[in-house]
Amino acid sequence: MNFDDTPQEAAFRETARKWIDANAPKEFEEELSKSSLGRIRLAKHDMVEVGKAWQKKKAEGNWACLHWPREYGGRGATPIEKVIWQQEEGVYGKLTQPFQIGEGMCGPTVMAFGSEEHKRRYLPKLASGEEIWCQLFSEPAGGSDVAGLRTRAEKQGDNWIINGQKIWTSGAHYSDYGLLITRTDPNVPKHKGLTMFFLDMKSKGVEVRPIKQANGMQEFNEVYFTDVVIPDGQRLGAVGEGWSVSLTTLMNERMSIGARLATGVPEMFEFCSNLMLEDGLAIDDPAVRSKLASWAVKSNGLKFTSYRTISALSKGERPGPENSIGKLVSGTMLQDIATYAMDLQGAAGLLTGNDEETVQGQFQQMLLSSPGMRIAGGTDEILRNIIAERVLGLPGDIRVDKDVPYNKIPTKGR
Amino acid sequence: MNFDFSDDQKQLRDQARKFLAEKCSPKAVRIVLDGKAPYAKELWKGLAEMGFLGVAIPEEFGGAGAGHLELCVIAEEMGRANAPVPFSSTVYLAAEALLIAGSEAQKKKWLPAIASGEAIGTLALFEGKGNPAPKNVKLTAANGALNGVKKPVADGAIADFAVVAARTGSSGREADISLFLVDLKAGGVEVKSLTNLDPTRGQAEISFKDCKADPLGAAGEGWSILTQVLDRAAVLCAFEQVGGSDRALEMGRDYALDRIAFGRQIGSFQAVKHMLADMYVSATLARSNSYYGAWALSTNAAELPEAAAAARISATQAFQHCAKNNIQVHGGMGFTWEFDCHMYYRRANAMALGLGSLSYWEDQLIDRMRKKNAA
Repeated sequence: MNFDDTPQEAAFRETARKWIDANAPKEFEEELSKSSLGRIRLAKHDMVEVGKAWQKKKAEGNWACLHWPREYGGRGATPIEKVIWQQEEGVYGKLTQPFQIGEGMCGPTVMAFGSEEHKRRYLPKLASGEEIWCQLFSEPAGGSDVAGLRTRAEKQGDNWIINGQKIWTSGAHYSDYGLLITRTDPNVPKHKGLTMFFLDMKSKGVEVRPIKQANGMQEFNEVYFTDVVIPDGQRLGAVGEGWSVSLTTLMNERMSIGARLATGVPEMFEFCSNLMLEDGLAIDDPAVRSKLASWAVKSNGLKFTSYRTISALSKGERPGPENSIGKLVSGTMLQDIATYAMDLQGAAGLLTGNDEETVQGQFQQMLLSSPGMRIAGGTDEILRNIIAERVLGLPGDIRVDKDVPYNKIPTKGR
Repeated sequence: MNFDFSDDQKQLRDQARKFLAEKCSPKAVRIVLDGKAPYAKELWKGLAEMGFLGVAIPEEFGGAGAGHLELCVIAEEMGRANAPVPFSSTVYLAAEALLIAGSEAQKKKWLPAIASGEAIGTLALFEGKGNPAPKNVKLTAANGALNGVKKPVADGAIADFAVVAARTGSSGREADISLFLVDLKAGGVEVKSLTNLDPTRGQAEISFKDCKADPLGAAGEGWSILTQVLDRAAVLCAFEQVGGSDRALEMGRDYALDRIAFGRQIGSFQAVKHMLADMYVSATLARSNSYYGAWALSTNAAELPEAAAAARISATQAFQHCAKNNIQVHGGMGFTWEFDCHMYYRRANAMALGLGSLSYWEDQLIDRMRKKNAA
C-alpha cells in the first residue's frame, strides 16, 4: 500500500508538469485558485474565451482529451494518465468547464455511434475547444424520468423535423453543437420510441433562453425547437435505439473520476478556526467540533475512495462501484455545512451581502446553490436507486408505464 | 498509486474468511452470547494455529513477522464473523503496548505466549465513567505495587496479564502516568465479571491491592505510550467495524431480497432500497478512511494520529448505522433474540465505546487537524 507513482507514471507526470509549467496561463492562477465551490469568476476576462485559448494550446501539445485516440484529437493516453494529467493541471483544470460535457458525454457518444467521417470532422475540433458541445436530454416532463421526454422528431424525406423543448442545458448559449434525444414513435412504450441526433445549434428554429435559477444566477438554459431541420445523416444509432445510445452518454458521465467534488469542509474548518463566539473560538466549542469532525471524515472518506478508484485504474483494473457515492454525499454535506455556518453567525447570518461577519456571504451562496447540487446530474433519490439496484442488486422499481405505448401514458393535462 | 491491499494480503483475507465461516458460525457465537462459555476457546486455539494471533509479531518473538496490513485484513474478518474471542484486547492493545514499550525480557515472556494462544492480555485503563485522560487515572503505583480499581476492562475475567495505567505523580500533567505489566494469575488482584451490552466479549472489574507490577516503558512515559497504543488499536478496531458493517449490510440486503410483503420483495420499495443505499455509503466511507489508517499504521507515518481518529469515527458511525438499520430492514423478526441482527447491534454499540466514546475521538480529530494546519 503506497501513494507512489510507478516509474512509468512518474515519467508521465514529469512530462506533463514540465509542459504545464511552460505553457499554462499563469496570469489567471491566483483568480482560479480563489474560485471555490465550482464558481469561476475572472474579473476582466470572459471565462469561455480564456478557456478556449488554454484548450487550444493543450490540443497543440497533444494534451487535450488525452485519453482519446490520436486520430480524433487525443493522445491515446491510459485512464491513469488522464487522472495524472488532471492532478497536474490543477487550478487550470477549472478553465475546462465549458468543454466538459463535450469531452465527457457528447464526444464518447459520437465516437461510439458516429460515422468515421463524423468522427474525423467533429471530434478533433471538440477536443481542441474550437467547437463547444452541449447535451439536450432533460425536459420539463422528463427530468429523472428522461425516457418520458416529449420533443418530437418526424421524418420528412431525408430530414427530420424537430419540435419541442429542452431544459437545464448548460452552456447552450455558447455551444456550437448539441446532442439531442427525441421521440420518433409515440405509439410504442417510452424507451422504444427514442432516437438520438446531433445538430448545429445555429440551425434555424433553435432558440436559447437563459433560466433564472432559485439562487438568482443564470447558469442553465431552456432550448426551444420550432420546425428545426436535421439531416438523417446526423442520426446517432438506429431509429428507435435512442435509449441505449443515451445510456452510453450517461455511463461516461459517471466515469468522471478525477473531478473532486466540493464539500465545503475546508471553508468550514477555516471559518470555525477564526470565528469568535461568546465563549471563545467556534472551533473550541464541543458541539461545533463534533459536527466538524463528522464532516471532515466524510470529506476524507470521499477523497480516499477516489484514491481506491485511481489505484484500480493504475493496475489496469476496472474500478469498483465505490465512486458512485460522491455526489450523494457531497451535495447534502454542502447544504448542511452552509446551514450550520449561518447558524453560528446568529442573526447576521441572514444577510447575504459582502459583510465581514458573513465571510463575504460565501455560506449564504452555498445555501442557496446547494439544492441544485442535490438535483443536477441525478437527484439524490435516483442515485440511491442506482446504488441499490446496480451495486446491491436490489430489484428495480415497479414501472407502471413500462409496457404502455407512450401516447397512452397518463399525464397531467392530457 | 497503489492504495489497496496486495494480492497476498487479499488472499490472507480470503483464508481468514473461509476459516471463520467454518469455525465461527453464528451458532458458535451464540454459545458465548448465551453465557455457556466465557469465550470460544477452540476458535482461539485455531486462530493461533493459523498464525493469526501473531501475524504482526516479529518472528524472534514467536510471531509470523508479517505486518500491520496483514493484521488489518484479519481484523476485518474478525468483525465480519463477530468472533467471540479476546482478539482486540490481546492483539491490538496488549501486544501493541509490548511492541512499543516492552523490554526484551517482557517481550520474550509475553509475545510468544500471545502468538501461541497461551496468554490472553488486555489493557486496564478506564476507572468508571469518562474517556481516556490522565486526570481519570486514579489507581496509584508506589514502590512497584498498584492500588486501585479498573473498570471496564475488556476480557478482564479471562485475561492472563494486563497492561495497567497508573498514577505515579501529581503534577496534573501527562507525565504523571506510567504503565505497568501485571501477571493477573500471580495474586494481588480481585476480578469480577460485569454484564455488558455485548456478552460475546466480556468486561470485568479488576481491583488491585498492593499488587506487584513490572514497569512497562519509562516512568512518566505512560501517557505517550498509551496514546500510540490507542491510535493503533483505533485503526485495527476500525477494520473490525468495517467487517461488521459489511456483514450487517449484506444481511439486510439478503433479507430485503427474500422477504415478500404487499405482494412483492420488500427490497423493491424505495424506502427500503434507499435505507440500504445509505448503509452502503457509510460502509464505503468507513472502508476508505480505514485504508488510510492502515497505510499510516503500516508505515508509522506522521499522519497516524489524524488518520487513526478519522478511521475510528468513520467506522464507528458506519457500524452503528448499518447494525441499526439492518434490524429495521428485518422488521419484527430483527427484534427477536433468534435472529442474528442484535449480535451486530450489540457489537457495534459496544465497540463504539471501548476505546473511548465517539465524541472523545471527534475531539481528538479536531485537535490533531489543528495541529497539522498550524504546522
